[in-house]
Amino acid sequence: MSENAHKKSSLFRRWWFELLLGALGACLLLFVLAPLGGMIYATSIGELSQAAAEDAVIQSIKITLLAALFATAGSAIFGIPLAYLLARKRFFGRSLLLAIVDLPIIIPHSAAGIALLMVIGRNSLIGKLTGGGLISTTAGISVAMAFVSLPFLVNAAREAFAAVPLRLERVARTLGASPQRVFFTISLPLAWRGILSGMILMWGRGISEFGAVLIIAYHPMTTPVMVYQRFNDYGLSAARAVAVLLIVICIAVFIALRLVSRIGASEGRDA
Amino acid sequence: MLELKLISKRLGAMDMTGVSMRLERGEYFALLGPTGVGKTVLIEIIAGLIRPDAGGVFWDGVDITSDPPENRGFAVVYQDYALFPHLSVEKNIAYGAKSARADTAEISARTARLADMLGITELLPRKPDTLSGGQQQRTAIARALATEPKLLLLDEPLSALDTNTRTRLRGELKRINAELGTTILHITHEPEEAMALADRIGVMLDYRLRQIAEPEELFRRPSDAEVAKFLGIRNVLTVSSVQDDICEVSGQRIRASAATESTRHIWIMPEELLLSDQPFTSSALNQFKCTVIDWDHSDALLAVQLACGDLRLVALITYTSFQQLKIEPDRELYVTFKSSAIHCL
Repeated sequence: MSENAHKKSSLFRRWWFELLLGALGACLLLFVLAPLGGMIYATSIGELSQAAAEDAVIQSIKITLLAALFATAGSAIFGIPLAYLLARKRFFGRSLLLAIVDLPIIIPHSAAGIALLMVIGRNSLIGKLTGGGLISTTAGISVAMAFVSLPFLVNAAREAFAAVPLRLERVARTLGASPQRVFFTISLPLAWRGILSGMILMWGRGISEFGAVLIIAYHPMTTPVMVYQRFNDYGLSAARAVAVLLIVICIAVFIALRLVSRIGASEGRDA
Repeated sequence: MLELKLISKRLGAMDMTGVSMRLERGEYFALLGPTGVGKTVLIEIIAGLIRPDAGGVFWDGVDITSDPPENRGFAVVYQDYALFPHLSVEKNIAYGAKSARADTAEISARTARLADMLGITELLPRKPDTLSGGQQQRTAIARALATEPKLLLLDEPLSALDTNTRTRLRGELKRINAELGTTILHITHEPEEAMALADRIGVMLDYRLRQIAEPEELFRRPSDAEVAKFLGIRNVLTVSSVQDDICEVSGQRIRASAATESTRHIWIMPEELLLSDQPFTSSALNQFKCTVIDWDHSDALLAVQLACGDLRLVALITYTSFQQLKIEPDRELYVTFKSSAIHCL
């Protein structure tokens, strides 16, 4: 064996495991990126601008983004306190609560939509009070989105709170801070980044919701529903243009949000 | 004045029972004990962070056992500093004063004064993670003092620091106690640290407070053999039987003036042992023929380990004596000590 070949084989022996891990990981990334890339590549600028010029498409994107935003904001008000309790307190039934929070992930989303109909549909209590319920309203869409995506927010916030050292909260108490002051000045600021990324995740999951939304409201039409409708009525390329437009907008918004949250975090660090 | 009455607490493997103590106003009290004997739990019970299973915490005679920590006015400083990482040094220090809703001018004046006292004025705008351990601990101490606490609870505050920083911070703590009159309860596992700082020392072993005494008293008269051993006191010997003033120890008979029937241990300070080539003659003296086993350095002196049959003793001698006696392994010598120099436990 020549010295060079020997060197090469010892290099391989040293790195083969890392190479294997990298290769397997790359396969998975390709699995995600290939269909998306293929779809974007197959869509011409003309098709895209045509879709973007269509009022119905723009309207649906607006409804989708806003409904998911309301869903996230609403869930944050109720979800962040719950996340804090789950992170900090040990009580009887805590693991049951953890399981309940995860329920929406495992329930088929169409089934979730049916279940929600019982609560916000025409014949429900809310339906009778409001005269028709939240069926076919943006509010109804938000409710459907919130139901299926709140685990992402609650779990991320719970982990973020759990990562704040308990000792910091205790020290703050001995310095004269009430539990609520500790929450707002220590726990929340330190967990904020994790909570924000949970909110971004929840918002994204809300945008992509199809099954539950379809049951609650075919109209006003969210973009995922519109993609399905266009695919059924006009075929692949019509559906593809709308889908790509939504994806492009979502990616742009996500990148912007990530940047803003990072700048916010580093400013907090330097202040 | 702080008073603990029969505090008991079970927590995992820890089983603390019947801890009682008093802390006078302005006192510097060290709670001394090895790690894992419940010292931190006791401090957290005092601070109101942990509820005791039984017993009470009193301040000036008022039962505060169920008061929340924020109403007690006892500030805690931990070994790992526990600074708020998202706040600057200045905001860390001002945190407590802000909780008390002091006015802004007063807060910044107090912060500046404490920063100056602890020598961290230049660090005020910095974030905690950019500071050295010593600087972080100074910040933590300033933060605690800014609340003008009735009682300052220090949980191994110097243990994570290097020797120089530790010595300097010891001086600062002593000064805070003297100048501000702050009452301090200081937890430590180092006898030397407790000795250097405290007006009184409480020794905690196995979740119990075994002895409370002034430093000299503690080292002169440890309450029992375990306390003595923990304090690093040498020549603590177990007595198997006592007859008049003669204690039987490892097969040898030792005359101890202070011995009583209840004496279970005796202690001879290593400095009290006299080594010689030839025996002395005096009935007031204990004298044994012994063999040198080994020796090691103890500050400027030498600690010589001796065997007299089954009895093991340590004698502290100077270099000059060491050379004159030509100490070497297996060398045979006489060890002599006064019966009045023996402490009975």
